[in-house]
Amino acid sequence: MLTYRAGAVASLFFPPAGIPALVHSLRAQRLAEKGEIELAREHGEKARNWAWYSVGVGLTVYVVAALVGLLFANHGSVRVVYFAWSILTDGSAWHSMIKGFWINIQVFLIAEVIVLVWALFVAVVRLLPGPACRPLRFLATVYVDAFRAFPAILVVYIVGLGLPQANLPLVGHLSDMQYVIFALSLTYGAYVSEVYRAGIESIHWSQVAAARSLGLSYSQTMRFVVVPQAVRRVVPPLLNDFIGLQKDTAIISVIGVLDVVSRARFINNAKGSLTAYSMAALLFLVVTIPFTRWLEWLQNRRQARTQGGR
Amino acid sequence: MAFLEINQVFKRFGQVEVLRGIDLDVDLHQVVCLIGASGSGKSTLLRCINALEVIDGGEIRLDGDRVSGRGIDVDALRQEVGIVFQSFNLFPHMRVIDNITLAPRKVLGMDQDEAEAKAMALLSRVGLADKATDYPDRLSGGQQQRVAIVRALAMGPKLMLLDEITSALDPELVAEVLNIVRDLASEGMTMMLATHEMGFAKEVSSKVCFLHQGVILEEGPPEKIFGDPSEDRTREFLKRIVDAGRL
Ligand SMILES: Nc1ncnc2c1ncn2[C@@H]1O[C@H](COP(=O)(O)OP(=O)(O)O)[C@@H](O)[C@H]1O
Ligand SMILES: [Mg+2]
Repeated sequence: MLTYRAGAVASLFFPPAGIPALVHSLRAQRLAEKGEIELAREHGEKARNWAWYSVGVGLTVYVVAALVGLLFANHGSVRVVYFAWSILTDGSAWHSMIKGFWINIQVFLIAEVIVLVWALFVAVVRLLPGPACRPLRFLATVYVDAFRAFPAILVVYIVGLGLPQANLPLVGHLSDMQYVIFALSLTYGAYVSEVYRAGIESIHWSQVAAARSLGLSYSQTMRFVVVPQAVRRVVPPLLNDFIGLQKDTAIISVIGVLDVVSRARFINNAKGSLTAYSMAALLFLVVTIPFTRWLEWLQNRRQARTQGGR
Repeated sequence: MAFLEINQVFKRFGQVEVLRGIDLDVDLHQVVCLIGASGSGKSTLLRCINALEVIDGGEIRLDGDRVSGRGIDVDALRQEVGIVFQSFNLFPHMRVIDNITLAPRKVLGMDQDEAEAKAMALLSRVGLADKATDYPDRLSGGQQQRVAIVRALAMGPKLMLLDEITSALDPELVAEVLNIVRDLASEGMTMMLATHEMGFAKEVSSKVCFLHQGVILEEGPPEKIFGDPSEDRTREFLKRIVDAGRL
């Protein structure tokens, strides 16, 4: 049962929901004094509900109102800086931005596929059994530790600017886009291999015992029993890393590829408005959100099909 | 020469000696029951036989061939020896039929149709033909354990090791699993089973071994072990079982 004092606070905080809360709490109070305890509880329950609405809806309304206020503060300067109408309605600006964004998408898609395969390979190498494979395990561990420590932007510089200067065979003559894909794959491969490794290690040893006892070899056990279960388990954390990778494709702009961020910078320099950056942000939003929801949907569907499992 | 010969087998986990000189012979078509308190080493012994554990001393021979120590082909050994675990250990990401056909296809190189036909025949025998395309988590514990038995049988083993295969089951599901073991015994399958189902052990076994702290303290025909054991420890163990209402 809500006391009328809490009801009063709620009604002051956000009257549309708070006043009903106050009314019900007063009524509950009166009924309780008359000894009609069940009815009093009913009104108390209603008062509590309204009070929660007062908090939930009220807070939301105030936050949104503050943001809108910001947009129009100082004679609408925020709106002019970030959402200049002339640029927002400029078809050629959009055309240029989308063309740039297509490069980000391509980098993301190609790097993603490479990362998925490469990271699984690294994870499996790190988990190879026996003393003979110790050097390989060590090598893989060094790679993972190092590339998780390096900032992605540093790797892009080192790979994208350094390799062409060193003029190495094979990797000395790639396009800038290929260098960025290479650099991002190295960085994200290290992260994702750790995700895979955690997944593989989470498979109970009894699954391995069952597979081996049927005569399957170590590699067959990994391939048919352990890795498929591990991959299913790590989809949610993988999803997180995918989104990170998608955003980090913006790094491509530092070595002069005309991606969406570079193009936004050009427009900004030409027109003196940050609106193009807002447009770039919007493009990332438009792609990332449906992508996330789609992967979640896939995951839920599969979970529904093969529930649980030890 | 017995079909399975276990000579002076030792097994340590760190400092703990879990098996301390096990001697045991199993003849073809025999059913040998291992009984003994929890922690006495029954599971470890079974796991040593199909090389899921590496033994620290002694020797194991199957059909005359040494199957322990250096230079053995563990994958070949495991094709001959099937094992079923207390916790079923089915592969949760595969349908029942795929659980059963995986090893025959990948290890024996059987083609898909043949493997599936064989699996379906075995499933029918245990009354689960209609579950072939279900995932394991749709099955009751008893059904899962029957699938696990079929999965082991599909490799055509000459020896089956059953490690407390009814201990994780609700009481009303125990019988459906034991019936299959009974059938296998009557068909002459050579088996070793660790069990707490003393009534069942009495009924199916050719020989009962009482394990105590890593040694076989006493072995003999079931009438002898259950009726007139010669060791005090065996008597104490059986008394505890009777008091718990399991015999
Ligand atoms: N992998 C292992 N590592 C360490 N100790 C183990 C391991 N497996 C079994 N043990 C120990 O060995 C002893 C015998 O276990 P087990 O063979 O499972 O007995 P039982 O099956 O008769 O209950 C127990 O004390 C157990 O704790
Ligand atoms: Mg056990």
